[in-house]
Amino acid sequence: MTTDSIPVPATEARPATARKTRKATPSSGRRRLFRHPGAGRQHHAGPVAYILLGFAALLSLFPLYWTMVAASTDNTRVTQTPPPFLPGPHLLDNLGKAWQDAALGKAMLNSLIVAGAIALSTVLFATLAGFAFAKLRFKGRNILLMLVIGTMMVPPQLGVVPLFMMMTELGWGQKLPAVIFPTLVSAVGVFFMRQYLSEALPDELVEAGRVDGAHSLRIFWSIVLPIARPPMAVLFMITFVHAWNDFFWPFIVLDMTNPTVPVALTQLSAGYVRDQSLIMAGALLGTLPLLALFVVFGRQIVGGIMQGAVKG
Amino acid sequence: MAISTSTPPDGASGIGAERQRRRTLLHRLDVRGAPYAFVAPFFVVFAAFSFYPLIYTSWISLHRVELSTLNLMEWVGFDNYTALWEDDRFWNALANTFTIGVLSTVPQLLMALGLAHLLNYQLRGSTFFRVAALTPYATSVGAAALVFTMLFERDFGMINWALSLIGVDNIDWENNKWAAQTAISSIVIWRWTGYNALLYLAAMQAIPRDRYEAAAIDGASRWQQFLKVTVPGIRSTIVFTIVLSTIGATQLFGEPLIFGQGPNGITGGADNQYQTLGLLLYEEGWKNYQMGRAATVAWAMFLLLILVFVVQRIVQRVLTRRT
Repeated sequence: MTTDSIPVPATEARPATARKTRKATPSSGRRRLFRHPGAGRQHHAGPVAYILLGFAALLSLFPLYWTMVAASTDNTRVTQTPPPFLPGPHLLDNLGKAWQDAALGKAMLNSLIVAGAIALSTVLFATLAGFAFAKLRFKGRNILLMLVIGTMMVPPQLGVVPLFMMMTELGWGQKLPAVIFPTLVSAVGVFFMRQYLSEALPDELVEAGRVDGAHSLRIFWSIVLPIARPPMAVLFMITFVHAWNDFFWPFIVLDMTNPTVPVALTQLSAGYVRDQSLIMAGALLGTLPLLALFVVFGRQIVGGIMQGAVKG
Repeated sequence: MAISTSTPPDGASGIGAERQRRRTLLHRLDVRGAPYAFVAPFFVVFAAFSFYPLIYTSWISLHRVELSTLNLMEWVGFDNYTALWEDDRFWNALANTFTIGVLSTVPQLLMALGLAHLLNYQLRGSTFFRVAALTPYATSVGAAALVFTMLFERDFGMINWALSLIGVDNIDWENNKWAAQTAISSIVIWRWTGYNALLYLAAMQAIPRDRYEAAAIDGASRWQQFLKVTVPGIRSTIVFTIVLSTIGATQLFGEPLIFGQGPNGITGGADNQYQTLGLLLYEEGWKNYQMGRAATVAWAMFLLLILVFVVQRIVQRVLTRRT
């Protein structure tokens, strides 16, 4: 149930634009995902720019650093002024205690299952649909594509009441499928894959496959998938981040006996845990998996968000 | 014998033709049908879990349904709507959603624009700055709101401590209405500024260089270039981010909920001083057990969203006509 997903300017969704910029070869497409039409402006940054950027980076990172600091001290130290700025000795203790108090073990596993399943299915269905919209000819293609884009404007949160009733009826209340199923697909994902494939996948390859007598699924499997692998990886990571962080619907349909990480974290804020450094330890634990993902794949995720952003 | 030797080729060609026909039929079926099969999963899931619930919401909103007895629906007509219209909490939540929306969206997008401009310079360590800007986006609402709640703590929070250094008295961030709304907005701003900046940056990099050269020849200063070339050049992306953050703002839920720390969160503070429509929906449905009323709030949020889009379209049209 994520509305705030990967960027794709809806206004630039005219199919014609894709046709115009379809010159990129598969190899250049593979390297950069999408080709930018303009060269861009490249003034060298002066010291002021560096100072401002350093300040921005500080603002971005400081709350996370401070979470670590607070999680490594104890309650008495955190609640003193001036607040601590340097890590204390209790990090591992606190992480261990928070892990137990907020039942984070189960929450982590649940989040891993939920985010993994959602990301996998989103990538698969988005690539299938993206391929169809980019390279296959069928009646109503443009209208259906417009429909896909239109669905981005409808926040799924608005349907929570019937959705909750539906899940209760299905016996999925408090169970993971209730969180997974409504988010199996993503409109932005479809659009993202379509944009990529209409550029990076030459028509000739698809036609050659047809001449050889391959059916559509076979073409998808042997021709499309190998070419689509880089954007699929990016889409997987971005969807994973969103699914991991999704809050509203999981908070409604799950409970503390079977939570995802963000739901489990609310328990820390609800006053059951009085120890402030433990609360911070829990917040840190809940964020660590994604931070690790960012440390390793940050560049790719940044690239994916930027490359999905401009089209046309 | 003669017949049997002569028939096989005949039969084989018959079978061959049959197979050929079947193959072309299958092929045509494949070419015609596969595209629909490929896009079907998206539409099926969307219809079942987004579209149908949205429509059904309006039906539920005309009933009295309690959380404990979900299958008992009692028709009440527009009672829920009149009740909502006369409910001060609704107008309060609507106003709060609007003010928090403005407080979080406007600075967020302006700062993102500035940040994108800086990132668009040729930089050493540009990857570091980009990833750093995007890191808050990897933090879940849950964790971010917990951390900010502590930073905004009245007695020992870092922000009040920093303010005390410049002689500002402790601010009661939770109980003071505007202080609370500012604090909640700052969580939203922190999480989304870098993300929006990257969208702008991508759009900026697509602006052809010769437009800047032309502007420079015309004697435009850097600032004028920014206003006359950069901003118009990324206009559609700006519109897109406005739409996205507006949708996000109307749905705001997790930040105020966690900021309120527990039972206070659902009501948006002791005096509902930061209760948003999202929180009101949850309170009606899952605290007061009135699903019909919750559906009414959801439907009101939907209408609000449509209204916002209509206004946005009109503003956009007026602006484009002027230029």
